[in-house]
Amino acid sequence: MSTMIATRDAYGEVLAELGAENADVVVLDADLSGSTKTAVFARKFPERFFNMGIAEANMIGTAAGLAAAGKIPFASTFAIFAVGRAWEQMRQSVAYPKANVKIVATHSGVTVGEDGGSHQSVEDIAITRAVPNMTVIVPADGEETKQAIRAAAAYKGPVYVRLGRNKVPTIFGNDYRFTIGKGVQLREGTDLTFVATGLMTAQALAAAEELAKGGISARVVHLATIKPLDEEIIVAAARETGAIVTAEEHSIVGGLGGAVAECLGERFPAPLVRVGIKDRFGTSGKAEELLEYFGLMPEDLVVAAREVLARK
Amino acid sequence: MNDTVQALTEKARRLRVDIVKTLHRSRSGHTGGSLSAIDMITALYFHKMRHRPEEPSWPDRDRFVLCKGHAAPAQYVALAEAGYFPKEDLMTLRRLGSHLQGHPDSKVTPGVEVCTGSLGQGLSMANGMAMALKLDGRASRVYALLGDGELQEGQVWEAAMAAPHYRLDNLCALVDCNGLQIDGEVAKVMNVAPVADKFRAFGWHVLEIDGHDMAAVLQALDRAETLTGAPTVVVARTVKGKGVAFFENKASYHGVTPSDEELPRALECLGCFEDCEKIVD
Ligand SMILES: Cc1ncc(C[n+]2csc(CCOP(=O)(O)OP(=O)(O)O)c2C)c(N)n1
Ligand SMILES: [Mg+2]
Repeated sequence: MSTMIATRDAYGEVLAELGAENADVVVLDADLSGSTKTAVFARKFPERFFNMGIAEANMIGTAAGLAAAGKIPFASTFAIFAVGRAWEQMRQSVAYPKANVKIVATHSGVTVGEDGGSHQSVEDIAITRAVPNMTVIVPADGEETKQAIRAAAAYKGPVYVRLGRNKVPTIFGNDYRFTIGKGVQLREGTDLTFVATGLMTAQALAAAEELAKGGISARVVHLATIKPLDEEIIVAAARETGAIVTAEEHSIVGGLGGAVAECLGERFPAPLVRVGIKDRFGTSGKAEELLEYFGLMPEDLVVAAREVLARK
Repeated sequence: MNDTVQALTEKARRLRVDIVKTLHRSRSGHTGGSLSAIDMITALYFHKMRHRPEEPSWPDRDRFVLCKGHAAPAQYVALAEAGYFPKEDLMTLRRLGSHLQGHPDSKVTPGVEVCTGSLGQGLSMANGMAMALKLDGRASRVYALLGDGELQEGQVWEAAMAAPHYRLDNLCALVDCNGLQIDGEVAKVMNVAPVADKFRAFGWHVLEIDGHDMAAVLQALDRAETLTGAPTVVVARTVKGKGVAFFENKASYHGVTPSDEELPRALECLGCFEDCEKIVD
């Protein structure tokens, strides 16, 4: 049995480590430090932690200023507010000058749960990905989160990291090496490929297991970096397996599915089914119920696989 | 007047009981800020506002915008009590398929005017309603309830600038100044004081009251109606978690619901000695 850890908990841990290693790391939050886990850093390095209050736009702008003066700011709040309320600050003050700001958002997607549609960000990958100079990372588990945060700190430039609220199964051991811009193949397969990101990678692995019982061989590719997109691993998958199913806890419009469709459309047209939230807002409910409600379970991926195979 | 005050105070007490029971059942939601706001919400729904529960979109109704949308349970218990939907529905709060979403959703809840939950956006929408009502020559008024932490959002001050500019004297904002937000005291997280002076400087009529003193709440709402040429803001000193002693003034009860063990004690604080065995399942 794999262990379960929320990516936001891994974030809190690694942020405190980074704080000890690099005095230039500063952290900003917008009245959600207990939830985003930046409070772990705040307790250790109070003088380098800035609670900006419920003022996300000002937080992102301030982070840009800190970066312009040589700091490595990590700014955190829920995904809906980080990307929603402060989108233009991210665009003008962070991405346009290529400021060294790390926007690490937690509580993304529908697994926010009971708070409902107002709090469930299902379009943040699309709207960060559309901005030039942005790097967009959606880790699948705690180990990858820690490595991605370290990679973001080492990289010079704007990064958006999308994390979740709930515990997710650990997929990666500490022998894993995360690299910005590189996908990883987690399972060999010849009939089709699941291209998944975030918590949907675990669902894709379960779906591939299920399909194997029926004699269908599904490859699983995990794409933590949505931008820059690892086009080679996608094109190779399309060439070698002939069909692609994307899987994300995000709208099928403009996110991973959108990015993969753009890549395949131009470079290697192949049958594609996008599994994700079908251009709808979220709703209140328990996280597990919502994964079912929005069709994000391994069963749904199995159905999508059969659909894409029929089009091969 | 005295009878009215007494009746409304009693209604607010019963609505506090409904809030506690509803949040105990949902096991998710915002307790502290619902309890600090309920006296003002009671005064609005059961005394001040002209509205028709049987005709939620009656064009001449007064409007209420819960800018601090996380206090939805406080609005929902008032809407149920007023007859917008059956009280039993409260037990579905935050469940999959419920018309009572975690934050107010005008698409699914009768009596809810706009969607709120993302702090800082409500006052702008209230302004828009007030502008439309003036254009249409209607006498309806707009009430907007904000949190004190919510005042940290820049958009609140954009709206605060626009409302006097357009002389929206049909608008009355109320600020639930309970002194707390999620990460702690408002004064320590990001100071917003002096609230009354800020609004005064922006051109508002300002009334300062104890937001749990029903007579003072009613008086302020009456007075607001007579003040012309600019909007009025009621700056209300409140206690987060008001009514349940062990929730009071604790930031930790912002987004935490009463546990099975806390439920009977919480209800006792509210003078309700029901058999909780039946409620706890
Ligand atoms: C734009 C935005 N940022 C953050 C949040 C998360 N949040 C919900 S309630 C809250 C604190 C609100 O404090 P306050 O306005 O004082 O409300 P009250 O004390 O009355 O509950 C925060 C930060 C949010 N809902 N919206
Ligand atoms: Mg408050």
